[in-house]
Amino acid sequence: MDRIPILQLGRFLLVTIQVDLQDQTALTLQEDLASRIERTGARGVLIDISALEIVDSFIGRMLASISGIARVLDATTVVVGMQPAVAITLVELGLSLPGVRTALNMEHGMKLLENALAEELDQ
Amino acid sequence: MSDPTIGSMPLGNEQDIVMSRQQVRRLAQQLKFSLVDQTKMVTAASELSRNTVVYGGGGEMRWEVVSLGPRQGLRLAFADQGPGIPDLDLALTDGWTSGGGLGMGLSGSRRLVDEFDIRTAPGEGTCVTITRWK
Repeated sequence: MDRIPILQLGRFLLVTIQVDLQDQTALTLQEDLASRIERTGARGVLIDISALEIVDSFIGRMLASISGIARVLDATTVVVGMQPAVAITLVELGLSLPGVRTALNMEHGMKLLENALAEELDQ
Repeated sequence: MSDPTIGSMPLGNEQDIVMSRQQVRRLAQQLKFSLVDQTKMVTAASELSRNTVVYGGGGEMRWEVVSLGPRQGLRLAFADQGPGIPDLDLALTDGWTSGGGLGMGLSGSRRLVDEFDIRTAPGEGTCVTITRWK
């Protein structure tokens, strides 16, 4: 079975999904991310889906639950790089990914995570 | 290399869901669907393939390139011999789910295609047919 690698960059975790996701691979990623956040104390998770040609309700649900799990573990998640055709289809399908923060690309996503962390340190 | 304009493939497990997406992508590309139309058809196929595998206990996907005058389209049928759907109106409601899903599979995929037909009866399986015209 494919396992999606999780990279650590400072206080953030990076995931790039480059395979056509099987359902079980998506569930495994969810568990792997949860344990990596716990183990590393990461404060942010960036998920790059620019290579994904579709996001169906199963993958949408996975993105939403990763965001939820990460939030409970005190980390912010941002999903980046959704292709326009995927975004159009997703909304028509009826999914708007509530609770999932998104950014256009990796750079914007990193900035978003850094800002979220900086704001917290200010307080 | 082009696929024949009619065919079928088994839907028995998760790997088959991925294969069905790839098959529908190839067919939609051959028909020169726009990228958005390809994405909609592949996404609908993914939802319905998963229903066949998870709720129908497996079955098959059949495909056919159809024409209506000068227009060409892609028709897909997802058939299983599973338990069927007792309350179809309910199953087509946004947010209703019999499993652990979001309940957008059936109702959502209907919005992604031009024609949607479902035949089901308790104990007699389910067949969902969708068509998207170019």
